[in-house]
Amino acid sequence: MTDAALTGTAGRPSAMSARVQVALVLFALFALFPPVVIALDDPFLILIGTRILAYAIAAMALDLILGFGAMVSFGHAAYLGFGAYAVAVLSSFGIHDIALQILAAMAVSALFALVTGAISLRTRGVYFIMITLAFGQMAFFFFTSLSAYGGDDGYALSQRSTLFGMDLLRSNTVFYYATLGLLMGLFALCHLIVRSRFGRVLTGLRENRTRMQAIGFPPFRYQLTAFVISGCLTSVAGVVLANQAQFVSPAFMSWHRSGELIVMVVLGGIGTLSGAIGGAVAALLLEEFLGAVTEHWRLYFGIFLVLMVLFSPRGITGLVQQIKGSRR
Amino acid sequence: MSRLQVTNLCKSFGALKVTDDVSLDVAPGELHAIIGPNGAGKTTLVAQLSGEMRPDSGRITLDGRDITRMPMPQRVRMGLARSFQITQILPAFTVLENVALAVQARRGSSFRFFAPAAEDTGLNGAAMATLREAGLDDRAGVRASALSHGEHRRLELAIALATEPQVLLLDEPLAGVGGEEADAFVARLAAMKGRFTMLLIEHDMDAVFALADRVSVLVYGQIVASGPPDEVRSDPAVRTAYLGEEESA
Ligand SMILES: Nc1ncnc2c1ncn2[C@@H]1O[C@H](COP(=O)(O)OP(=O)(O)OP(=O)(O)O)[C@@H](O)[C@H]1O
Ligand SMILES: [Mg+2]
Repeated sequence: MTDAALTGTAGRPSAMSARVQVALVLFALFALFPPVVIALDDPFLILIGTRILAYAIAAMALDLILGFGAMVSFGHAAYLGFGAYAVAVLSSFGIHDIALQILAAMAVSALFALVTGAISLRTRGVYFIMITLAFGQMAFFFFTSLSAYGGDDGYALSQRSTLFGMDLLRSNTVFYYATLGLLMGLFALCHLIVRSRFGRVLTGLRENRTRMQAIGFPPFRYQLTAFVISGCLTSVAGVVLANQAQFVSPAFMSWHRSGELIVMVVLGGIGTLSGAIGGAVAALLLEEFLGAVTEHWRLYFGIFLVLMVLFSPRGITGLVQQIKGSRR
Repeated sequence: MSRLQVTNLCKSFGALKVTDDVSLDVAPGELHAIIGPNGAGKTTLVAQLSGEMRPDSGRITLDGRDITRMPMPQRVRMGLARSFQITQILPAFTVLENVALAVQARRGSSFRFFAPAAEDTGLNGAAMATLREAGLDDRAGVRASALSHGEHRRLELAIALATEPQVLLLDEPLAGVGGEEADAFVARLAAMKGRFTMLLIEHDMDAVFALADRVSVLVYGQIVASGPPDEVRSDPAVRTAYLGEEESA
């Protein structure tokens, strides 16, 4: 029983409810954040909160392939970029509706993921990491040279996206809660996917590829499908980030960002979904906090990561379980 | 017509000929055993039959259909399943999940994204029936990595059975299993005889001569003898090349 509760990934009931429990606690904390911000009278914090929620979406989407499919994509920031530029490009044509922007972001992301995934999945391990990085950089340089949208310098957005033709998202607080709603909806979706027939095949391929082929599953089509789903979901985070910053630039899709997404997933504990959300919170808070204290924060963050990997290879999720286990 | 036919199969690793002009015919329902010393090329032969490895030359047919270049998953769907000498399981999955996934491979689409697979009674029911056959039903909820070696070997067999095969390639199913557990395993294989066409790789001579309809002896990649068990056992070439070695080992 304790063993099953510790494993967390193969879709056993106890592990499953642990995942949902952690997520629900996180969602409750997120929901309570705006009142705290109002009490503190620091409205800028709410924007930081929205940024954290957006990265939580992206990290969770990456966990779907990294944690459950053992596909370490080092080019996932490209999808943040597609999301952000979908907002910029469509709004420059007067299309401000967020649903249409998300649809466009997903369509472009699906196409990019389909093509680059089909090529990348011919390799594995370090080669897969390198080739996804290369494709990510290709997307980065494409937007760098897109002079109509400011090239390197980026492009300022004239307004927030609209929802059903209404200017609801202009309020930072409403926008925050809308993003939280997106995160919760997408978590539910990912949770269903990993427990479904498809999710089992994906997890099975992570566990033992030869075995899966020997019972009749050709890996490619399942892994590619997961790769496309993950790219589409990550682009939603890009749509949010563009609106949060009211600005888009190729910096959204630099390889540093891709690395940060991996760090979030690993920090939170791979293959848990809720861990990725927690990892995004922890990584961004540390970044804000250390960044305010010292300009060498990257160094300290690096040291922290090394310690984390040494002492809790299964991330924050593993740490929490260790603490829970030792209390029992 | 033979169910599984191998003609002039060759495979080399560099200068080492691991499969040297091997031809085999396995009739429907037959249990054909392959014996041979360590490193004779038995596992490599199974790997080529199952589609894990490509032969350099030669032909493999299943029910008359050429499958020499067919990928492994497609062969499985045609009814050709294998078990591995070195256990290949999904360690983080439960015993039931390991088998249910094999059932899933055969039944319905795996492009279903919403309904929880753990509550799929069709999958679980078929998986439990197979586990019962392999004597593992009481371990269904246990994580596969927590099983004993003997139980791993039974799970390996159960997974292969769950793909609903017509032809079973069993690569040393008894590897590392001894005593009563081995006897029970042999009894289980004996009970399966006739239901499947089986190619059995095995070191345990008692098991082979008790189970096999025909025996082929593989030495250095070549088949040096082939026939009914009694005939092969008394073949002088076989005694010197293989059985003698076995006794001294
Ligand atoms: N991928 C490979 N590359 C190079 N040599 C290999 C490879 N696989 C197997 N061999 C060699 O081929 C020969 C046959 O190996 P194989 O595993 O088929 O033997 P086997 O009859 O199954 O032996 P055992 O009884 O020990 O299981 C051995 O000498 C082995 O070292
Ligand atoms: Mg072998």
